[in-house]
Amino acid sequence: MALAPLTAGEMEASLHVWLDTEFTYYKVDQLARELDRLTRDEQDFILGWIRRIASTHITLAWQFGRRAPALLPHMELRLLEAWALHTCDVFDRTGLQNALRVMEQVDSFDVVQHKNDAAGALFEEISPVLGNFVCGLSGRRLRIEEGDAAWTDGERIVLPPLIAALPDRDDNFQLAKVMVALLWAQTRFGTLRIDLVAVAAGYPDPERALNHLYALEILRLSAQIKRELPGLHRAMQGLRSRLDAPLSPAWQAFETRLAASGATVDDSLALLDSAYAETACPQFSDQGCLRPDAIAAARAARLDKEKARLRIKLAELLAEQQATQPETRPASEPPPEFEVAPRDENGRLDFEITLDDAPIAPPDGVRQLLTSIYLDFGDIPPDYLTPAGEGEYDASRVFDQPEDPDAVWQGTYHEKGAELYPEWDHGRQHYRKNWCVMREKTVAPVYDNFHRETLGKYAGVVKHLRKKFEALRDENRLDKRQTQGDEIDLDALIEALADARDGSEMSDRLFQRMHRAERNIAVVFLVDMSGSTQGWINEAEREALILLCEALELLGDRYAIYGFSGTTRKRCELFRIKTFDDRYDDEVKARISGIRPQEYTRMGFALRHMSKLLNQVEAKTRVLITLSDGRPDDYFDVYRGVYGVEDTRMALLEAARTGIHPFCITLDRDARDYLPHMYGAARYVILDDVRQLPVKVTDIYRRITT
Amino acid sequence: MNARTLDPAHHLIEKEPYYEAVGDEIQLFEAAYRQQIPVLLKGPTGCGKTRFMEHMAWRLKRPLITVSCHDDLTASDLVGRYLVKGGETVWVDGPLTRAVRCGGICYLDEIVEARKDTMVVIHPLADDRRNLPMEKLGQVVEAPPEFCMAISYNPGYQSVLKDLKQSTRQRFVALEFDYPGAALERRIVATESGVSDAIADNLVRFAQMTRNLKGSGLEEGASTRLLVHAGKLIADGVSPVSACKAAVAQAVTDDADMLKAIQELSSSIF
Repeated sequence: MALAPLTAGEMEASLHVWLDTEFTYYKVDQLARELDRLTRDEQDFILGWIRRIASTHITLAWQFGRRAPALLPHMELRLLEAWALHTCDVFDRTGLQNALRVMEQVDSFDVVQHKNDAAGALFEEISPVLGNFVCGLSGRRLRIEEGDAAWTDGERIVLPPLIAALPDRDDNFQLAKVMVALLWAQTRFGTLRIDLVAVAAGYPDPERALNHLYALEILRLSAQIKRELPGLHRAMQGLRSRLDAPLSPAWQAFETRLAASGATVDDSLALLDSAYAETACPQFSDQGCLRPDAIAAARAARLDKEKARLRIKLAELLAEQQATQPETRPASEPPPEFEVAPRDENGRLDFEITLDDAPIAPPDGVRQLLTSIYLDFGDIPPDYLTPAGEGEYDASRVFDQPEDPDAVWQGTYHEKGAELYPEWDHGRQHYRKNWCVMREKTVAPVYDNFHRETLGKYAGVVKHLRKKFEALRDENRLDKRQTQGDEIDLDALIEALADARDGSEMSDRLFQRMHRAERNIAVVFLVDMSGSTQGWINEAEREALILLCEALELLGDRYAIYGFSGTTRKRCELFRIKTFDDRYDDEVKARISGIRPQEYTRMGFALRHMSKLLNQVEAKTRVLITLSDGRPDDYFDVYRGVYGVEDTRMALLEAARTGIHPFCITLDRDARDYLPHMYGAARYVILDDVRQLPVKVTDIYRRITT
Repeated sequence: MNARTLDPAHHLIEKEPYYEAVGDEIQLFEAAYRQQIPVLLKGPTGCGKTRFMEHMAWRLKRPLITVSCHDDLTASDLVGRYLVKGGETVWVDGPLTRAVRCGGICYLDEIVEARKDTMVVIHPLADDRRNLPMEKLGQVVEAPPEFCMAISYNPGYQSVLKDLKQSTRQRFVALEFDYPGAALERRIVATESGVSDAIADNLVRFAQMTRNLKGSGLEEGASTRLLVHAGKLIADGVSPVSACKAAVAQAVTDDADMLKAIQELSSSIF
């Protein structure tokens, strides 16, 4: 049974609170009256979103509330939701002004135009599938992005947020797929190879010329798709017969000409004069649009870079080849020459590289470069094939380099070179996309006596730990009296034979088996480096790490140690103390000694990044142990309080979902109430006395990994 | 209906197993066999390594003893062990010993899957000593000239844990296998499954697309074996799109988005 609708008064009370009317003076009574007419489900939907958006920004929530009731009858809930989320994302990225603009766009929402939206293909839903789809097609790797319309620049394919031309969901997906294929074909079959602007400039009306040329190309590419992807072409024909007007006789003639199997973009150019004379120009609903500026910009950025990359790669190949053939060639002989024969047949693009007529197998990277260059020129230009001379290129400019985390921070564009992580917004009940700007740094090592002093201070404990951990070390042992095994257990057999003579039942446990120790654990320690650890806690943490390392070295478990700290979402920092690959050497010891309290405790990003690293390690068991001194907190930010607790909880849940075992050690003595909730997915312990930390941590580790 | 029970040590392959040579691998193998050098076959799954071994066994007229290695395979699984029979212990030869004794071809499939210590027992067999010490019997079995050892492994797994030790790999002549070229693969698919050349051509093209996806979400593209499966389903009357779904897409991935993308690729072709 449906619940009774809320009364205007009930809703008004909530709205007052959410929209903070005491200060904002929004007239919520009117809004409540409008909501009064709706069913309970609709009310709950709109009120829920007002509350969620208000946690991001009150003005946005107010604007949403004013518009939503009117939109509800003719807008799909799915779309309304997507619109609300999109607005919040825009607010996160570019601020209130743009978010309000997105909000306002919905005013121009045309019911007739959007009658199929319910069955529309949402970008978010189709992009994972179509992204893989286009990867499977031959040619340059194209990525799929969301944008205002369907177009391509030769490196990416942009699709609109919603494709909804037909009343059936599958048909809309097919339409999106056909669009993607046509846009892919532009890169693959040379439409983007010519200078479109220059061609169009030769006509009195360049825009018209461009449109007509595009139409010709679509005809040519459709024929090409018919040969390459007959199944897709059938779907394309089906959709066109429903959506588009049939071609006029003149255009049908063009279509026949362009359907020849050898037709290239030059044939379209040759037909452009006569096509230009035609007043009508066919418009297919799947054709997307042509953006010559974007194409030219992408191409210009690509050409030189790829030339440099290929020539460097060839130089490397050459050096490799020469290393394997030690006989030196006389200086008088010309340098060895690369030759590349592209084979573009039967939908497959392959290259045969020969070095002085001897074929060599190109590495994958070279093959991809050749593909990309071939698509730009229709051939491999000879000057691309001279291996780069020494010092000719600055490799750091040609290849993408990891940015120096400190230098980047000094720059104006704070997100450059950093990794972005989402954050769970508890109020919005949704992630904030690319919210945390995370960088990895290395702790500056401090070479002092800390390591030695710690070992001295805890000499008794260390001895004890060694014993305990050595006992833990699983060793190869012989399991006796097994039902199956490599060898016969003679003692058991003699006993069993005696039993048999005796008339009693003979045991079947007659074998012995070698049990092999396989302790396959990878563990990350995530240490709180926030300002609040200043003093005792910091020292205890460092001591604990030293003792841990001593113990773990005995066990042979793979482990990494990272510290985390941050100030606001724009400056989330992870400090490398020991990576999985580092050995426990003097430098690592000095880095442990060099751990200093930094800023605040933003935890979500650190957990997410650590989960990612941990999942790249091959191990049977993955453990993520955090060591922190209290509740998550950040400078002048909503992170303090519930938000931070919820984000941390979510990050732990995410980690647990990928099969990691999170475990938290906390020193927070006062606020135990939030802990069970925050550590929901993780097990945790609370240490009362900071001084216990060094001794306890190793003990805890032993307990949780056995 | 009765299934035939064969003793691999004395059974010779009667009918020629279908195999299309990609390069000079047959010649190389024969030369290595004559020169008593063990052979290592590298290559992705389903590209014809095992079929090649069957073909060579038929060609050389030697029995073929195949051991599929798994991570619990121990040295005694290969060499042999004492078993208890009626109050007495009886020695039973393992497959490797049987192959040595009868002068057959011993093929250890996916050798990297076996435990590290297993690999050491093949070392004396794989160099010029060509013998198999059996510690538990205190005997050494000398391999006859007809004996040949071949191992296979798939370097594509790229796991540090599953790599072949240098001391092992440097005892072998290595033959690299890859998916055959388009024309050859088409012929293989058509011959093996009985579909028309046009369908075989489309299947090969489809396989190429899935191989393009390797590295961006797919561990391994569709192998020739999968294409043959799909072809056989098609030849039996299944529609090409469902055959590709059942025999290829579902076989290479469980990821829902990837499955759908592969589905879309196959429906684009057929």
